[in-house]
Amino acid sequence: MSATITSGKNLVESKLRPEDAIYRHVIPAGDPWIHEIKRGQYLRIVDLHGNQAVDTLFYNAHDYSDRYSAQDTIQQQRNLYLTTDTKLISTTGTVLLTIVADTCGRHDTLGGACANESNMVRYAIEKRHMHACRSSFLKAVIEWDQGMSKRDITSNINFFMNVPVTPEGKLTFEDGISEPGKYVEMRAETDVLALISNCPQLNNPCNAYNPTPVEVLIWAAVP
Amino acid sequence: MCPMSETPNLWEELIQPGATWSHVLKRGTALRITDVEGGANVGGLFYNFECPTERYNMPDTLKAQHIARLTAGYVLYSDMGRILLSITGDTVGWHDPIGGTSNRKLVESKYGPSSYQKDRNEYHKNGHDSFLVELGKWGLGPRDLIANVNFFSRVDVADDGAMSFHAGNSKAGDYVDLRAEMNVLVILNSCQHPLDPNPKYEPKPVRLSIRQVASPQLDDPCRISRPENGRGFTLTERYFL
Repeated sequence: MSATITSGKNLVESKLRPEDAIYRHVIPAGDPWIHEIKRGQYLRIVDLHGNQAVDTLFYNAHDYSDRYSAQDTIQQQRNLYLTTDTKLISTTGTVLLTIVADTCGRHDTLGGACANESNMVRYAIEKRHMHACRSSFLKAVIEWDQGMSKRDITSNINFFMNVPVTPEGKLTFEDGISEPGKYVEMRAETDVLALISNCPQLNNPCNAYNPTPVEVLIWAAVP
Repeated sequence: MCPMSETPNLWEELIQPGATWSHVLKRGTALRITDVEGGANVGGLFYNFECPTERYNMPDTLKAQHIARLTAGYVLYSDMGRILLSITGDTVGWHDPIGGTSNRKLVESKYGPSSYQKDRNEYHKNGHDSFLVELGKWGLGPRDLIANVNFFSRVDVADDGAMSFHAGNSKAGDYVDLRAEMNVLVILNSCQHPLDPNPKYEPKPVRLSIRQVASPQLDDPCRISRPENGRGFTLTERYFL
């Protein structure tokens, strides 16, 4: 597995200019972010310092029970990895967003999000206290105050993470293929609610044990 | 490796082709699912019956054990760091945790139109609606719909990520044994795998049998297969203290 994907038809740059964005926000390392993206708007996530896991969930903004489905997404495109042209599919088969630009080349949706409890299993029972994505997800949906709860936290996307599956059916966590400034950009195909946990994991070499900030930008729909 | 054969069946039942089933599998019992004709697919979802917001978690199951397939020696984790089910026996070698389930649109596009009015009980079922109907019987709904397991099916993943259905994965008489480590609400259906290229609507039946089994000992193969699973069993046992 090469550490960097340097070419491929899926490596697509965006023509949108940051100075034209209608919204810009830097999500500090370890913090959540929740925000509505209207149909036709573009959402870009920028890996400012490289190899930062951006744990992301999407919901139909008009029905939160209709939400991103990792299995429906990979099944429909018959490919495990998310990149340019991937349609992010909901549990009812709705296309929530389409990835329209990607300078990283591959994003994971099997690895899920870290939790206090999964950290206890994976690393040590004494690690329960360590800050984790699913706590961030919960905090964000509670503050959003629209009736969402743990039932709405489901299997997510890990933007900028490289988690290949081998022919023997092993799941491996490879070195990151992202770098500072790489980004992924999506167009909302319907009104969606985006929920991000900028991963605080300190037990995993994927982010060099050093969680870093990422930037989110939104552009208006093209008239 | 499973002591199941030492105890008599508590009961046995057939899931008809394309049908749904649910049951609270009690801690201390185990469910054997047998592929009667070969080529079956059984979609499964799993919940802590006492608190169903605790539920099977595909990513936690895969990353704790570094796997993208399920077989004997592995366990199914909940999202709370506990083990819902252990796979204590398996003659297949590969069960699919990633391929997901079918929905109405997919089944209609693959197999053509079908209705109860025309086809009576042979009407075409799909995995998504089957899960929702069976979940609904327990007061659960779309918010409880999660990534599912497909027993008896295998999906291969190429280096570039391409996914393909592996035909002939399960033969007549093949079985998988699931030992309940908690009181687990088991939701099943026998719909075809969504990536099965068979152009015909031909779901297969499976036989279920339930037995009492001994609780896992310190040298239990699922407990010692990985250090993560040792901690998973510890956390599960603490829940019942």
